[in-house]
Amino acid sequence: MAATATGIHHRSYESELRLRATRAEYFRLALMGVLLVVLPFVLDNYWLSIANTILIAVIGAVGLNILVGYTGQISLGQGGFLAVGAYTSAILTERYDVPVLFAVVAAVIATAVIGTFFGLPGLRLKGLYLAIATLASQVIIEFVVRRDPGGLLTEGLGYIDVARLNIFGWQVERATFEQQWYLVLAIITVVAVVAARNLFRTGLGRSFMAVRDQDIAAEAIGVNLTRAKLTAFAVSSGYVGLAGALIAHYTEIVSWERFTLDVSITYLAMIIVGGLGSVAGAVYGAIFMSLLPVLIRTAAQQWGDAVPVLKDQLPAVQNALFGAVIIAFLIFEPRGLARLWQRAKDYVRYWPFRY
Amino acid sequence: MSTFLNLLAYGLADGAILALAALGFVLIYKATGVINFAQGEFLLIGAYLMYTAWVVMGLPMVVSVLVGIVAATVVGVLVERLILRPMVGEDPISIIMVTIGLAMLLKAVVQMFYGTNPRSQPAILPTGSVSFLGATLPVNRLLVVVIAAVVLTAFTLFFSRSKHGIAMRAVADDQQAAMTMGISVRKIFALSWALAAVSAFIAGVLLADLSAVDQNIASFGLMVFPVVILGGLDSVPGTIVGGLTIGLLTQFVSGYLDPGLATVIPYVVLVLILLVKPYGLFGETRIERV
Repeated sequence: MAATATGIHHRSYESELRLRATRAEYFRLALMGVLLVVLPFVLDNYWLSIANTILIAVIGAVGLNILVGYTGQISLGQGGFLAVGAYTSAILTERYDVPVLFAVVAAVIATAVIGTFFGLPGLRLKGLYLAIATLASQVIIEFVVRRDPGGLLTEGLGYIDVARLNIFGWQVERATFEQQWYLVLAIITVVAVVAARNLFRTGLGRSFMAVRDQDIAAEAIGVNLTRAKLTAFAVSSGYVGLAGALIAHYTEIVSWERFTLDVSITYLAMIIVGGLGSVAGAVYGAIFMSLLPVLIRTAAQQWGDAVPVLKDQLPAVQNALFGAVIIAFLIFEPRGLARLWQRAKDYVRYWPFRY
Repeated sequence: MSTFLNLLAYGLADGAILALAALGFVLIYKATGVINFAQGEFLLIGAYLMYTAWVVMGLPMVVSVLVGIVAATVVGVLVERLILRPMVGEDPISIIMVTIGLAMLLKAVVQMFYGTNPRSQPAILPTGSVSFLGATLPVNRLLVVVIAAVVLTAFTLFFSRSKHGIAMRAVADDQQAAMTMGISVRKIFALSWALAAVSAFIAGVLLADLSAVDQNIASFGLMVFPVVILGGLDSVPGTIVGGLTIGLLTQFVSGYLDPGLATVIPYVVLVLILLVKPYGLFGETRIERV
């Protein structure tokens, strides 16, 4: 591309439908691929475990972004849906000896069904009313897994122990736990992200965006609103259920503390910081918001003696920064990291001109 | 009968505080169209402001209430000016998220100063009890109902009689028409946040006096949603009816059925109302294609 290119201009439908339009984008893809392959060889177990949690968060964030960023239906029920996925998969593998692969698929389906059910109010409600309705779904699901009526979920223990991952005889070993899990999670995450990216090249994905941008106009051009909204809830919840099931098998224990309202808020923060309505944004956001507490913890260890509040009130400092980051992004760059990256590229491309 | 009367007193007290908290919420929603997820944190800030002025700084009680009210006003105005004003015209998702971020920030700031342990504060209201029809009723809870009734009446009078109150209703009704009549919409926005912070301050102090000065006060704020959805998001009388209903409902469920169930029953009510009558009992019905 010439140095003075003014933007990306498509001249045919084929080029418009392509996932990547410029050579730089291929380069970035290759870079990401190399990074994914190299990571397990250069990181120690601690950082690799963080990479693994990030990969799971990416799946959840991409799923939430399908609903919130692309379809415009806000959901505060993420934590509850994660719980549905985690509990379904854990109970199926532990109590009914279902192979992990099938249990995870069942968890995806179960979460999709429950997510669609709680999406039903979305047919009549918009914006803030929907936010409150999904808040209620979060509270209700959290209550059920916390109270565990009749010991149905955890047999009265309050938590479920999940066996080490074993996919048809391929056993995760203690010594190479993080490396093997990295392999599994990297493959699943790449598939999930590519699938999400492709979803928005199809008619279905475009109908989601039409609903977000102007629902009445969307209906006028023949988008079935009911179907589009419910499908969005189903697809999004399916992703979230997958993330929940992976959390269950990766952490090998399922208990309600992992699925509170704070989790829902963290995921919303991810997609807002990353960029609403952008798959890459969800990925950036998940990485950023997962690394933030780690960095704060490291900083606290480094300078804890000089700034005692860092060490004494670590959770509070973390939460304060979380809140401040959310507010700052919404006020200064509502379209998130994805847009910042775009602007940085434009700045370099047009330099020395401002625009 | 005595259990019933006891639960009634507890429920009314809870409901009265909920109504005060919900009043602040409704004020902000009505005037500025913002859904404030940080209402519980305003209660928390209120309780800790009172604690700071009264216990930490050792001011006389009446003075600390005044100091608290002034400080709450400042917090309310600052939040409006610094955080909500740049967000005017953004879509609801962003505005909801900014108040969620604000909630995290406010709660964390309180925690940074005072930690998570409950703080002891001398009782503000007398703690004795009176016998009535064979039941022993706690005096402080009865007084809370009275105080809340007085405050709510004062706010209602403010809206119907005072110039500023009428200006606020005008802005809530139609911003452009209000502007053409010479009302400063910006000032009204700041005023509604300040008033919301003050009503949250009162609610927070009362709640802290009934329970304890700790972080749990903030979680009480989430109960505001069932209240305002039941009463109607933009209705001041709705907050009173909604608050009392939800307060009584939780107390009766927790007394007669199961205390755990009581925490979730308001949300079940919420979902039912959203499905049947989304604009609540007294809310303004807006016809809108969804």
